[in-house]
Amino acid sequence: MTENPKRTPLYDLHVELGGKIVDFAGWSMPVQYPAGILKEHEQCRTQAALFDVSHMGQVIIEGEGAAEAMEALVPGNITGLKPGQARYTQFTNAEGGILDDLIVSNAGDYLFVVVNAGCRDADIAHMRANLPGHLTLTELTDRGLVALQGPASEAVLASLCPEAASLSFMETIEADVSGIPCRISRLGYTGEDGYEISMPADRAIDLSRILLGHDKVLPAGLGARDSLRLEAGLCLYGHDISTETTPIEAGLQWSIAKRRREEGGFPGADVIQAQLADGPARKLVGIKPDGPAPAREGTEVLNMDGDVIGIITSGGFGPTVGGPVAMGHVEAAYAQPGMDIQLLIRKKARAASVAKLPFVEQNYKR
Amino acid sequence: MAIYYSEEHEWVRVEGDTATVGITKHAADQLGDIVFVEVNEAGEEFDKGDEIGTIESVKAASEIYAPVAGEILEVNGTLEDAPASLNEDPEGGAWLCKIKVSESAELDELMDADAYKAFIADA
Repeated sequence: MTENPKRTPLYDLHVELGGKIVDFAGWSMPVQYPAGILKEHEQCRTQAALFDVSHMGQVIIEGEGAAEAMEALVPGNITGLKPGQARYTQFTNAEGGILDDLIVSNAGDYLFVVVNAGCRDADIAHMRANLPGHLTLTELTDRGLVALQGPASEAVLASLCPEAASLSFMETIEADVSGIPCRISRLGYTGEDGYEISMPADRAIDLSRILLGHDKVLPAGLGARDSLRLEAGLCLYGHDISTETTPIEAGLQWSIAKRRREEGGFPGADVIQAQLADGPARKLVGIKPDGPAPAREGTEVLNMDGDVIGIITSGGFGPTVGGPVAMGHVEAAYAQPGMDIQLLIRKKARAASVAKLPFVEQNYKR
Repeated sequence: MAIYYSEEHEWVRVEGDTATVGITKHAADQLGDIVFVEVNEAGEEFDKGDEIGTIESVKAASEIYAPVAGEILEVNGTLEDAPASLNEDPEGGAWLCKIKVSESAELDELMDADAYKAFIADA
């Protein structure tokens, strides 16, 4: 039984702009607009693109010791976040598997948490079940969220909100944008400089129209979002990472601070600490097919003897790269960039190599 | 010369026992930006409905199904270097392959232009 997909506050605007609507994680979302995915992708790499990410969950956690309590659920350094700082981390399970990846911000008086659309309900249930009872958890169902991404983002947003220019990567503030009260965070998931802007749901269309009124901004859909994040080497939950993958296997050890590696104190810490010490048995790597044929999710990865050594978890055409790009899980012995491998695409073994991630240099403003 | 259309959104232009096969403008628009095209090699024989190639857009891969049984005579080699031409000229220069039709009766099971127009209008 399928329920009707939910609509974000921007749904009517997507339709007005000619967005091609698909069902994504239970939400009616635009996969592309008339310009097409290639153009939207290029727009984000060269100017600025506006994405609706209102389907993601926005949650506030308030109360004494909220940061300490969150640290019991994630391996990230949350107590070390200064007011106005944001951090990428993961909810883990007792086996070290990833329940979801998320961004936690220290908003001063509370934690502001953004989780994936597909895991939203499970994440909230997980937090409610595991955070101490004296903390207040509020899901912000009356907020919209957009991502303005690309090298022109700063100039565009600063023209409407000068404070935006002063933020560095992974910093967040509350500020008005054209008189609309927003939370502005300098982050995103395209590899480009940019912002995620949370605003009241009933102002989401107004704010989006203002941003889209700028000649450097075009709307972009889920299709471009996926090709951009893949080129940027960023994991997609449910594909590159899942409960079957630990943060170490996924190459996310950078998101676990030294203190937390040593102290543990998060679900699956024993597994993750052992993998940090000994190395995981398999790793998430970049994979570059030699020919023009894209390798999609589920494609088997073979060594040069033809033995299966892994599987593609995300793959497609990289518009900025100008050819196919992929990520996949392979046995650790084959995880070295430059190694020759093969991909079984439509029953034919095709040459490929392990590649350094990201495929396109990340362009964050640090 | 007659042009037929399949429910898989292919067009088949028949001259004698040779048919040129391509995808319709409707299909090309639905696929979006096409980035890779691969058609099986000349000489290969196939039945109606067999996979004879693949078209990949940025979004996804779609198989090409044989609209009728036959043998591949020629593959349009220009698509290898210019897959995007399938978006620009799908019913003209960006044909996929020429085939030798082995069961001409199967052509009668395909649609004519008016029937195809109605078919996509209903979809």
